[in-house]
Amino acid sequence: MQDRPHAAAILAAVAAFLREAAIPNLPPREAFDARVAANALDLVQRQISSGFTREALEQDRLQTLLGHDGGLADLNTEFALELREGRLDASDPSVSEHLWATTLDKLAVDQPRYSAYLRTLQERQAASGEN
Amino acid sequence: MTEASDGTAVDSEGGAGKSLSLTLAKALGRSGCDVDRICDLRRLSGGASQETWAFGAHLRDGGVEQLILRRMPQGERPGDLSAGPELEAQVIALVASAGVPVPAVREVLRPSDGAGRGFVMNLIEGETLARKIIRDHAFDQARAEFADQAGQILARIHAVDATHLALRVSDTAEEIEDLWGKYLRSDMPRPVFEIAFRWLRSHIPDAGEPRLVHGDFRNGNLIFGPEGVRAVLDWELTHRGDPREDLGWLCVNSWRFGEIDKPAGGLAGREELLSAYERASGRAVDRVGVHFWEVLGTLRWGVMCASMVEWIDNGSDASIERCMIARRASETEIDLMRLLSSTGTAHAG
Repeated sequence: MQDRPHAAAILAAVAAFLREAAIPNLPPREAFDARVAANALDLVQRQISSGFTREALEQDRLQTLLGHDGGLADLNTEFALELREGRLDASDPSVSEHLWATTLDKLAVDQPRYSAYLRTLQERQAASGEN
Repeated sequence: MTEASDGTAVDSEGGAGKSLSLTLAKALGRSGCDVDRICDLRRLSGGASQETWAFGAHLRDGGVEQLILRRMPQGERPGDLSAGPELEAQVIALVASAGVPVPAVREVLRPSDGAGRGFVMNLIEGETLARKIIRDHAFDQARAEFADQAGQILARIHAVDATHLALRVSDTAEEIEDLWGKYLRSDMPRPVFEIAFRWLRSHIPDAGEPRLVHGDFRNGNLIFGPEGVRAVLDWELTHRGDPREDLGWLCVNSWRFGEIDKPAGGLAGREELLSAYERASGRAVDRVGVHFWEVLGTLRWGVMCASMVEWIDNGSDASIERCMIARRASETEIDLMRLLSSTGTAHAG
């Protein structure tokens, strides 16, 4: 087991350095690239903090949908083929719920401020409030 | 493709710049432009397949003209869907005469110029950064005018007779299969793309008579002033096909830059755009067809993002920015889920 600080904390420190110390002193083009770099570190931080748990849940759902065990990549390939051939489709609520859960989990890592992600979360919250 | 790289000077190439300056002066001389010297030649970053350069042409009579060179350097080949610079220049000239705001084309490079393929056009002052146009108060009026302007511009483009030009004529089914090939080559199964492809294949609308289509009409490829659209840029993907392609592409959520409730480029409502287009063209627009093209456009941007993994893996462009754009493929997955839910193909979120 690696010692602390956790990798996510180290990445946070690097991102803070970029934003607070480096970027204000860089010329515009390099400052732009450094902002992209800080955003990239944030993304990796989100992935190592929660992405692996999310992938374990995705694997569980796929095992249930496909009815057998397997690694995530293989299960996902098989699931994609089932959809391609029309043996499974999104009119099936369990398929559609898996697609939504997986998509929302990817956005939580890739772009948690993306407009359609935030809107979907709001809509889901409103719908669960009604029930 | 990124807004951030639009119009940002990246370098001015010393030695290469000198011979390019001479070439430009010579080429401009063909149309009676008596150039004394070329100044401030600088490379602007931009599209992946095309270089964009800005420069000042100092004339012997003392005047200065600010110009733009779009070119593919020698050895570069246009992408398979690209019209190529010579044809692009012809289309720009053709739509200009139909009242579409575009930069005037000044000169097309010839093989004997030895500077690759490309053309010189006037520089148009203004803003292309989508986020500024969407948010800054300086563009309040431009936003208010956008639906009318975009509707009118697109109606004019689609009314141009371009049958005499050797443009690609797109077939919607082939377009989907072409995209399917790119998706398969990315070698990463994506369940959401799978259901989107299936939906598209079974909902292809009747394209009607092929019309001139811009092919990349969106916020980012338009130059704005405070008063509105000053010019339509990037005609690289122009072709003949279903005119609803341009309307659907403009509404793809990725080009709304956060303004999710303003489907027309983050600047105006969808209905405002479509009714302005109908008024200008005098033809009814089938909303279902526009929706189809919005789905196809969203999937196209998603496949483009996903394909960038290949450039990263083979080292041709492993920049941080490229990595981050590749990770934007998932944004199109949530947009596709929302679009398909609205048709009842998938359950709502």
